[in-house]
Amino acid sequence: MIEHLRPALVLLGSLTVLTGVAYPLAITGVAQALLPGAANGSLVEVDGKVVGSALIGQSFTAAKWFHGRPSATSAPDPNDATKTIDAPYNAANSSGSNLGPLSAKLIDRVKADAEMLKAEAGAATVPADAVTTSASGLDPHVSPAYARLQVKRIAAARHVTPDVVEALIAARVAGRDLGFLGEPRVNVLDLNLALARLDPS
Amino acid sequence: MSHHPLASAPSLFDRGILARATVDAFVKLDPRRLVRNPVIFVTEVVALVVTLVFVKDVATSTGTPVFDGQIAAWLWFTVLFANFAEAFAEGRGKAQADALRKTRSDTVAKRLLFTDPDEHAHSGVSSLDLELDDLVLVEAGDVIPADGEVVRGVASVNESAITGESAPVIRESGGDRSAVTGGTTVLSDWVVVRITAAPGSTFIDKMIALVEGAERQKTPNELALSILLSGLTLIFLITVVTLWGIAGYSGTTITVTVLIALLVTLIPTTIGGLLSAIGIAGMDRLIRFNVIATSGRAVEAAGDVDTLLLDKTGTITFGNRMATEFLPVPGISVEGLAEAALVASHADETPEGRSIVALARGLHGVAEPAGVETAVFVPFTAQTRLSGADFAGGSIRKGAIDAVMRHLGTRLDQTPAAFRDAVDRIARTGGTPLAVCENGRLIGAIHLKDVVKPDIKERFAELRAMGIRTVMVTGDNPVTAAAIASEAGVDDFIAEATPQDKLAYIRSEQAHGRLIAMCGDGTNDAPALAQADVGVAMQSGTQAAREAGNMVDLDSNPTKLIEVVAIGKQLLMTRGSLTTFSIANDVAKYFAIIPALFVATYPQLNTLNVMGLASPESAILSAVIFNALIIIALIPLALKGIAYRPIGAAALLRRNLLVYGVGGLVLPFVGIKAIDLLVAALHLA
Amino acid sequence: MTVFGWLQILFILALVLASVVPLGRHMARVFAGERTFLSPVTGPIERGLLAAAGRSSLGPQTWLGYTLAMLVFNAFGFAFLYAILRLQAVLPGNPRGLDGVDPLLAFNTAMSFVANTNWQAYGGETTMSHLSQMAGLTVQNFLSAATGMALAAVMIRGFANSGGDRVGNFWVDVTRVTLHVLLPASIVLALVFVALGIPQTLVASVDATTLEGAKQTIALGPVASQEAIKLLGTNGGGFFNANAAHPFENPTAITNALEIWALLAVSFALTHTFGRMVGDIRQGWAILAVMAIILGGCLVVAYSAEAGGNPLLTALGVDPSLGNLEGKEVRFGTSASALYAVATTATSTGSVDSMHESFMPLGGFMPLLLIKLGEIVPGGVGSGLFGILVIAILTVFIAGLMVGRTPEYLGKKIEAREMKLAMLAQLILPATILGFTAVAALLPSALASLANAGPHGLTELLYAYASATGNNGSAFAGLTANTPWFNTTLGIAMFLGRFGYIVPVMAIAGSLAAKTRGSASAGTFPTHGPLFVGLVTAVILILGGLQFFPAFALGPIVEHLLIPTGQTF
Repeated sequence: MIEHLRPALVLLGSLTVLTGVAYPLAITGVAQALLPGAANGSLVEVDGKVVGSALIGQSFTAAKWFHGRPSATSAPDPNDATKTIDAPYNAANSSGSNLGPLSAKLIDRVKADAEMLKAEAGAATVPADAVTTSASGLDPHVSPAYARLQVKRIAAARHVTPDVVEALIAARVAGRDLGFLGEPRVNVLDLNLALARLDPS
Repeated sequence: MSHHPLASAPSLFDRGILARATVDAFVKLDPRRLVRNPVIFVTEVVALVVTLVFVKDVATSTGTPVFDGQIAAWLWFTVLFANFAEAFAEGRGKAQADALRKTRSDTVAKRLLFTDPDEHAHSGVSSLDLELDDLVLVEAGDVIPADGEVVRGVASVNESAITGESAPVIRESGGDRSAVTGGTTVLSDWVVVRITAAPGSTFIDKMIALVEGAERQKTPNELALSILLSGLTLIFLITVVTLWGIAGYSGTTITVTVLIALLVTLIPTTIGGLLSAIGIAGMDRLIRFNVIATSGRAVEAAGDVDTLLLDKTGTITFGNRMATEFLPVPGISVEGLAEAALVASHADETPEGRSIVALARGLHGVAEPAGVETAVFVPFTAQTRLSGADFAGGSIRKGAIDAVMRHLGTRLDQTPAAFRDAVDRIARTGGTPLAVCENGRLIGAIHLKDVVKPDIKERFAELRAMGIRTVMVTGDNPVTAAAIASEAGVDDFIAEATPQDKLAYIRSEQAHGRLIAMCGDGTNDAPALAQADVGVAMQSGTQAAREAGNMVDLDSNPTKLIEVVAIGKQLLMTRGSLTTFSIANDVAKYFAIIPALFVATYPQLNTLNVMGLASPESAILSAVIFNALIIIALIPLALKGIAYRPIGAAALLRRNLLVYGVGGLVLPFVGIKAIDLLVAALHLA
Repeated sequence: MTVFGWLQILFILALVLASVVPLGRHMARVFAGERTFLSPVTGPIERGLLAAAGRSSLGPQTWLGYTLAMLVFNAFGFAFLYAILRLQAVLPGNPRGLDGVDPLLAFNTAMSFVANTNWQAYGGETTMSHLSQMAGLTVQNFLSAATGMALAAVMIRGFANSGGDRVGNFWVDVTRVTLHVLLPASIVLALVFVALGIPQTLVASVDATTLEGAKQTIALGPVASQEAIKLLGTNGGGFFNANAAHPFENPTAITNALEIWALLAVSFALTHTFGRMVGDIRQGWAILAVMAIILGGCLVVAYSAEAGGNPLLTALGVDPSLGNLEGKEVRFGTSASALYAVATTATSTGSVDSMHESFMPLGGFMPLLLIKLGEIVPGGVGSGLFGILVIAILTVFIAGLMVGRTPEYLGKKIEAREMKLAMLAQLILPATILGFTAVAALLPSALASLANAGPHGLTELLYAYASATGNNGSAFAGLTANTPWFNTTLGIAMFLGRFGYIVPVMAIAGSLAAKTRGSASAGTFPTHGPLFVGLVTAVILILGGLQFFPAFALGPIVEHLLIPTGQTF
């Protein structure tokens, strides 16, 4: 036993310095020098102000914006620290709903959301991503189908023809990466920034 | 072979053995004995628990006494069937032991009064009072009182008590035929025997103990398998015990009886119940084959053998050389040479001599010339190393080349070229040349050849398919040895072998992780026999050889090594296959019991009831009944052993997997369904 | 299921396969103490570290000496990590000003990272300071992985050596594995990750003002460097609570593909290392084939379950064409999510790009099954290899008997001692998983932690203990695991699953090493052919299946059968 003490302490200490300090700091140094945009979170600035990250979804509730997916993130209840309250797209505390497929809570939530969306868009069905929460609660994307489902509402809210909104979507639908990886999608923040530019008011 | 007390072993279903085994099955319920078999011990404990549950049901008129009672009964049957299997296997051995024991009657021995074996003054003592190194006189008609070594005299001995072979054998002092066995009878002449085994530890005593299984210890492989089975039992115990809590989550309460039923059907009771019977039966098969193994370990090792060391003479070739060809010198006809050889060998009773006569008569149609009866046969002597005949017209001699050259006063290089070529060719092909001369003139050579046994090459090919190398051991020179080796199809040979060579060869093979089997009979074989992983000593061999080996072949037939290997393999295969079968069975049992357990809570789980069993109770009962009956059903297979075929490991595995793996998966589905139909029809549950 | 979905899966698996030979060969060199192409750079560091450790402790060790060294090293690692977590409030590198981690959570977390489990009873961004993440957790990401790989080297040497009781030197192995494999691979991968969008900064968070005018606090940190080693070392502990589903940990389908490659690469390549070192490459391919068959089978089930969508939602007018998207990210979809879930549980990684809890019953069953099969197809780095070799030993034992020989694997006889140790190791899994689950299932305070009722709740419990014991670390994450009961029992489960398993396995390696290696003949059945592959596969499935079938029946299986009834919980 005793003969193992020295190598154990020496190697734990030196490997901690090497892998726990030198390695992350070196990567940080190189990343900051060569790829500052990505290394700092792909932040999106408008007029010099940070409006979010291109990679992180944010909450949109007004009718004039494209809405992201439902989000299950939460935040500490300001009134009672032991409890949490719903806080969609809380980018300081990522989380999914963790509801099982036969969860009554899930079914009830989807039922309410789906009926509302169907009524709003006048559609028989809704895309799955429109009524399901993402794994991180911070999904920046929606499916092209869900984006299109919202055209009617946004056009009405913004008093533009649906073609205008459709065109925005069409220009921003990202196909599968390299043609076959992942799924087609649209970045909601990107869409909404375009909407904002469309109508500066 | 006239009769075989051992080979004529009881048939599989001898009434006496059945009756005794039935009684023994109950005796073996003693938990102190059963604890050696963890799987069956666990079954006994839970059988007891269910019995208590049943008693409580009846006493308090609660619960389900009919169901609990039936389950308890079948659990006891499971234990009894397992005990019966073991008792039955032992019973066959006991019956054989009884036969042997009859030969071990107390006899009066003529113990010499003095330590000088040539001084035959003696007094009568009971054979049971003999001690090591006592000298006893055994005369015609006497039974040899104990194992020993002949130190004086020569006698013919009837050893049928041991070997079943009624033809007498010669036992004499010195050499490799000096060992005698207690219980055998001297037929003629007398011998003085030095006792080498104390009463109670003689060869017959050991045989009795072995066939009775009294000294049976778990063999290494059996031990490893028991560990696997115990481990599986523990794992399933955990599965079943925790199921109580896990089912509690869903609000399902499972009765103790049902949990126990699940446990017993999952733990490997089939192989657990048959394991020791398989081991005993393996020894038993060897015994019926007239080979006694000193331990089960040796039988197992036989299955593992990688290399067989076989003596050339008697195993690969017939014991004697035979004349196969006459090669005359120029100017002499083949017939002429044949006739001369015939005359020279006319009265030669050695096997070589007879083979020359047979060849001359048979192949060349030569008849004895007139007057041959009057010829004077000149026998072989160590001085002349020649034999032949003198007759009116002259003399004929035959013998080894150098002996004939000396007789003729000439040298090989002065003989005709054709003769030299012939001699050379004979030697090169592994034969022995004999020269023949008539009236001082060389007339030709005779080709004496080692004759390889007709089917031996196929046997070796078979062994090769089993993954076993054969190595021929011979005192011949390398040239001769190579020729015979290639004709017999062995993989390797040791020429001009000394006992030290054998030992060294065994050690070097073992250093490469290979297991070696060999057989031997001489005292100088003893070190190699002891070193080999499987050493088969010939019953006719010396005491030293018999002590050194871990098997004794009562028939003294070295070819049997091959069968011994097959029996060892069969033993291991039977264990492995029944283990696979036992584990594969569990799948069907799950499909019977799991839906039955939970269908009340989750009716949807009836989807898993693929067999469509009548009710939860009948499903559980049927699985338990199947589990018990399969043990009985497999007893014949366990005792007979599953068929071994020399088709190579991969093919063998594929075959056994198909039969016992896939079969084990499918059979219980059919069996449990059939039992369930019966249980439902009889309204048992 | 879609053509693109399968194309993506096959592409990623092909990438893994392509790296098996080069990576496997490299690791064989590392284990053998030979020079590698990295030696010019790492040589001086390696020599310096080992010299500091003391020349006298670098000689070949017996299995026991090796195991003791490993235990001492890990005990110190545990104590050091526990101390950092407890003291993070007063240590530097705490830009968010987080409190010290409370004792039971710190115990659970330290055990979790030392045991290569990376079960996280906490949310990374809300609990751990940068120092804790880097000098604490990242370090154990390296060292626990290096420990596992070193132990695999011992097992391989057990087969490759012929006689003798020395199995290598722990200090040398750990240092070489870290310097020649884990660190260089992590450096490259981390930089690629940054290029693909993963942040790497010491800033803790950025406040943004959203288009709707709300304030959004975006947590940040040195993510890329931890992401790389978390995957390469099959650790799985996320920087963020949502792990690799978080867009900063896994921003695109390309990073997702790379991540899956990274978490599978080393474990699969070790089979080749094994084949090379025992002198028969086919032996390695056979083991790889077993792993691939089971992983592939589970993948088919999981992908088809997820791609079909949730019938209960379909009935509400939800279009099932995108599959079951609850707890999944749009950019990955069901194909990449199912593959990630299967890969992360087939290895003992436990990182997730989607929430297993919200998978369909059969989709979530596959990760659970893969963990319960023992984390061996291909399992954690190192631990997967020695785990499957134990199963191979059990297989060979049964099969060897069936061909009528004392069983042997790679020329080493499998005897009572090996069986005893192998069964001892095999007992750990059911005893720990089922034991704790059964108690928790009856304990009201434990049941209060469940997020879902009905069979799904039972699956949450089973999954938690399976994940901890199997050193996986993924979760049916609805379970509130940061409670005294779970922190304690899951911590114990992780300890037993790691060290309780390792000790008997190392004893097997030592026992095998001491045996003379025999040569194969026609009588020994070949362990490189399809027959052996099929047999090992069957043994894994039957052994694992039989132990857990009753629990599965009451969890995912009955949940699946309940779908048509429309019953909810």
